[in-house]
Amino acid sequence: MCVSMYSAVWSREETTERNYYTRYHNMSEITAWMEQMKRENPDVVSSMVYGQTYERRNITLLKIGLSSTVRKKAIWMDCGIHAREWIAPAFCQYFVREILRTYKTDTKVNEMMKNLDFYITPVLNVDGYIYSWHNESTRLWRKSRSPGTGGCTCYGTDLNRNFYANWGMVGVSTDCCSETYCGTKALSESEAWAVTDMLGKMREDILAFLTIHSYSQLILVPYGHPNISAPNYDELMEVGLGAAKAIKAVHGMDYTVGTSPDVLYANSGSSRDFARLIGIPLSFTFELRDKGEHGFELPEDQIQPTCEEAYAGAQHIITYTHDKAFYSYAATVTATLWTTLLAAWVSSAILL
Amino acid sequence: MDWTLLILLVVPTVVHGNPTVTVRTGSGPPVGSDQHPNSVPLSEETQTTTEVREVVVEEVMMTGVLNPSHYPARRAATVVQHYLNTRYGSPYRWIFLSKVHSGSAEDVAEMRKYQLELTMQEIISNVSGQCSAELLFPGGEGQSAPQVQASCEGLLQSNTTAQEEAFYQQHRASNNMVSGNDIPDSYGHMEPNMKPFWHLGGVASSFIMLKESNESTLYNMAQVANFTQLETEKDQLRVNYHVLLHEMISQEIIHWKLLVTWSPEQGVQVLQTELQPKCHNCEAPPNTTN
Repeated sequence: MCVSMYSAVWSREETTERNYYTRYHNMSEITAWMEQMKRENPDVVSSMVYGQTYERRNITLLKIGLSSTVRKKAIWMDCGIHAREWIAPAFCQYFVREILRTYKTDTKVNEMMKNLDFYITPVLNVDGYIYSWHNESTRLWRKSRSPGTGGCTCYGTDLNRNFYANWGMVGVSTDCCSETYCGTKALSESEAWAVTDMLGKMREDILAFLTIHSYSQLILVPYGHPNISAPNYDELMEVGLGAAKAIKAVHGMDYTVGTSPDVLYANSGSSRDFARLIGIPLSFTFELRDKGEHGFELPEDQIQPTCEEAYAGAQHIITYTHDKAFYSYAATVTATLWTTLLAAWVSSAILL
Repeated sequence: MDWTLLILLVVPTVVHGNPTVTVRTGSGPPVGSDQHPNSVPLSEETQTTTEVREVVVEEVMMTGVLNPSHYPARRAATVVQHYLNTRYGSPYRWIFLSKVHSGSAEDVAEMRKYQLELTMQEIISNVSGQCSAELLFPGGEGQSAPQVQASCEGLLQSNTTAQEEAFYQQHRASNNMVSGNDIPDSYGHMEPNMKPFWHLGGVASSFIMLKESNESTLYNMAQVANFTQLETEKDQLRVNYHVLLHEMISQEIIHWKLLVTWSPEQGVQVLQTELQPKCHNCEAPPNTTN
């Protein structure tokens, strides 16, 4: 009887689970979901609070990977830096579920889980996200929820203009009522500081940085300033175009690839630019569906197809990153090993 | 035996080669990119107590052949989209840009002239058509609307007559005025009977978006905040709309009120528009919990 009760509970979870990833979830639900991911996958999932929002809420990431005795390389993904882009946290949840669902059976995902740790922040701008759930009139909130200063009475700084990456130079406003207000100074916002702090600690280990937004169907490469080119621009474009091709193969959707000043608008102080500046070689912004018909209010029946295609795009980038790091590395190690053995054999042959 | 051992040592090394990673070099600058704007000039805007600046790159305007995936062509193409909706849109016909194939821009006197080859899609019937368009953005100090000419093939194929007529007959009688709000809602959802009013709101918004567009803007309608049907007059359905427009470059949400009329014969007309001021002090207080 105990066995049948257990399986009844299990199948109810599974049934709701199939619907869970096709709906938007508020912050309490996402927090509870993070706990559930840890509980259900204790050997591969742990969480880390790495900062606080203005309103003193925890900023939490999930660290996902097979445990290892040696230090591992990492992939960073954050969602929900802009509150109204609800499809982004939905994608982070989907991504986590997908790698947990497939790592035991899919050899490639398993290999990546073995060699890499995924650091995934489902909601970065927690205050803003909660505010956007408050009522219909707050749904289109974008920024953080810190108060204005110096006589300016509006709330919020655009977190994606607040990073220490050509801060304040272009595509920003110094009016605290503006949607692209860059803050009183770089890293004035604790949320931006939290990410900066983590990336700084991990910078030698992070191979790729993905930040998820909506809408416009774009894959953006550094930098946001029109006069500055990333040293590996060609590589970034190649990998980005590969990701766009993978996306298109899923549901036929076109995602345009390029620098922000080329395909969208110039901007400074973005997290993507900061990541590239501190040396993370592959740094991308994903702008998910759609192209303006629904905009930020993407219907729930599009969550699944959007996540499926974005997953394919992200996996293209992650696979490239992984293979570049581990196949080259393996070749070097193997060559060294065999050369050593050969030398030893040759010298022993001579001596005999 | 010695040779066998040597081969056995060598072969695994060869097998663990690098996977081919082709990095395309020499891809060159994108077509038509003269784009190296000047360093940032600041335009001073004084408000009541604080001095604020909009820090923008003075965009050196692209001239010559345009890269179809870059923003100048796409912004201009979106203006064409708005134009087509003002001409052909209805509660059952709503047109969106599908793809930019090619474009060019040039300076003509004080103005900026664009030529574009586009695919547009009518999103209710999913019919696509090829369009050729010419736009003129006025130069100088004036805030006047861009002028657009466009001809499309195949775009208006869908037969909307029956649906439009049914919708018109359903709503022209004055005994049941319709109203609605938050279309789509926070989850992107709307009731089926609200959809034609959503389309109509989008088409009506196109009049504003067309008029407000320039080379530094990209408009979409984010939401119909609310609409109220008024008494039918002169055989036109009349609806008051409050719409939220999203301007992509500034990321602002801009509130407009419009008075819209429609009938199958006359099409969509916008009789009045009123920009709503951005409400700085009507934000909910902090500590809003879930």
